[in-house]
Amino acid sequence: MKRLISLFLLVITPALGLAAGGNVHLDSVDIDPRDRASLQRGAKFFVNYCLGCHSAKYQRYNRMAQDIGLTEEQLKNNLMFTSDKIGSTMEIGMSPADANVYFGTTPPDLSLIARSRGVDWLYTYLRSFYIDESRPFGVNNVVFKDVGMPHVMWDLQGWQRAVFRENEHGGDPVFERFELVKPGSMTPGEFDGAIRDLVNFLDYVGEPYKLERQRLGVKVLLFLAVFFVLAYLLKKEYWKDVH
Amino acid sequence: MSLLSWIDERYPLTKVWNEHLAKYYAPKNFNFWYFFGSLAILVLVNQIVTGVWLAMSYKPDANLAFGSVEYIMRDVNWGWLIRYMHSTGASAFFIVIYLHMFRGLIYGSYRQPRELLWIIGVIIYILMMATAFMGYLLPWGQMSFWGAQVIVNLFTAVPVIGEDLGVWIRGDYVISDVTLNRFFALHFLLPFILAAVVFVHIVALHKVGSNNPDGIEIKKGPKGNRWSDSAPADGIPFHPYYSVKDVVGVAGFLFLFALVLFFAPEMGGFFLEYPNFEPANPMKTPEHIAPVWYFTPFYAILRAVPSIAGSAFPGVVAMGISIALFFFLPWLDRSPVKSIRYKGPIFKTWIAIFVICFVVLGYLGVQPATPGKTLLAQICTILYFAFFLLMPIYSKIDKTKPVPERVTK
Repeated sequence: MKRLISLFLLVITPALGLAAGGNVHLDSVDIDPRDRASLQRGAKFFVNYCLGCHSAKYQRYNRMAQDIGLTEEQLKNNLMFTSDKIGSTMEIGMSPADANVYFGTTPPDLSLIARSRGVDWLYTYLRSFYIDESRPFGVNNVVFKDVGMPHVMWDLQGWQRAVFRENEHGGDPVFERFELVKPGSMTPGEFDGAIRDLVNFLDYVGEPYKLERQRLGVKVLLFLAVFFVLAYLLKKEYWKDVH
Repeated sequence: MSLLSWIDERYPLTKVWNEHLAKYYAPKNFNFWYFFGSLAILVLVNQIVTGVWLAMSYKPDANLAFGSVEYIMRDVNWGWLIRYMHSTGASAFFIVIYLHMFRGLIYGSYRQPRELLWIIGVIIYILMMATAFMGYLLPWGQMSFWGAQVIVNLFTAVPVIGEDLGVWIRGDYVISDVTLNRFFALHFLLPFILAAVVFVHIVALHKVGSNNPDGIEIKKGPKGNRWSDSAPADGIPFHPYYSVKDVVGVAGFLFLFALVLFFAPEMGGFFLEYPNFEPANPMKTPEHIAPVWYFTPFYAILRAVPSIAGSAFPGVVAMGISIALFFFLPWLDRSPVKSIRYKGPIFKTWIAIFVICFVVLGYLGVQPATPGKTLLAQICTILYFAFFLLMPIYSKIDKTKPVPERVTK
């Protein structure tokens, strides 16, 4: 029901392709905010790979644990490296000024990244780092050209090369495909799954109250449907005099 | 009953109730289009109530504003609901008002003796735009900041005083903390002025009486109905007939409203623009700046008019006139009949052209400008203006149908 409604609204609303990166085709990702195992895996990747440089300063640890189905014990032992107060938000130790020196730009806070960029963009971006010796960290990204971020998950994905073909209309070469140069600890399929979990988690962080919102929405719609019928019958009864 | 008479001796409670509700006679043939007046009041109340509650946790400070909105969304009990009611309500307000204005347009509700009623309505619309514009800065996201930057810069295109005018509006040379603070103050104040003008709008309405889909003056028709010998024969008391009918409209509206609020609060980036989930950054211009959808028809007109000597002033003037033309509508329409039901094919065609152009301009306003799209925007702009400026001619020569004596069903 909820999915149908969301789908319906999605279809009648022509989406605006505003995401940065323009011409690159974005792979679509099918995320599920109800899949707690996926969210828990995503949280693990997030604190291990992202939370070193990126904060999620509007997300509270204890709320996350509660929402994705972890106990306080599990939370403290597995996911809390930057703070020991379970009510605190996911801040980082690196100062924005230092980060600017290290990376040439301050890594953005990721609390709302899934809402500003969209999940498809994140899913594609995180899988699109390729070897480029001309860049400071030796990698570039097909979706976000000359990005300041290194290939953080190289040990999982391995290293890949990007194959471009000449642009028949002139201008920048067109991206064609990736070639795996050195495999990581995961197969490409496993890595895609890991990124899906991470994106699922980032989407959760963007709107932690999403499920609550949809649950309440169903109740409100049911109430309004009944109310509409009663209001209509009342109107009909009154208007007998007029017709 | 003694309490009521005690009050009536000191305050005209029963008198007001009767004059404006129980013995206010409205034409009995209102249709679907007549729901939007009461819905506009509902949405205004929604905006004021949710707005006051948002203001309890919002911080109008460039360093804190963005975070305080997220605090409302995540940590305030029911904060997400209140915020989405407000953000969805803003767009809903414009949808309702556009439909309300369209009703006036097709049934000639702006014609004599309702000119002043219409003009007060246009003033409400302009106040709404000012309120919405200032409100959109408050979340302090990228689109808030850059959208405000672009729109305030329009004022700087005014020759001679432009620069000073821009500084006067912003309180600074760029959109800044000062601007945010004053926009918050004004965004809080304007809705109450708006509510006062809505009151004046209703006073004017009840003086002249409601128009109807036939465009017939029921007050000029025969007298006497089942409730009163002196009331118009085609009138029925607003309460209970239209009060119960409007409740049906409210239920239907709220259903659609809840559908968006709970299942697509961003409405595909139209109600909440995606780049606005990124905090305002004066050093980083977004690739594409688009105002919110309800401003885009006018924004497209602005962009469609070519600059003269590097000044965007002609476009700004065109945009201003495109809104101001609504004020003159009562005198532009020279048709002998009011309602579209009795107007001829030429008028109907022009209404259709106007609606199509308005929608197309709205679409073009969110798109990046390309030569093809600019040309289309220019064609639509010309037709938009032609709809108003040629109206004295085509409404006069158009063939009309005879208007019946009494309202039809």
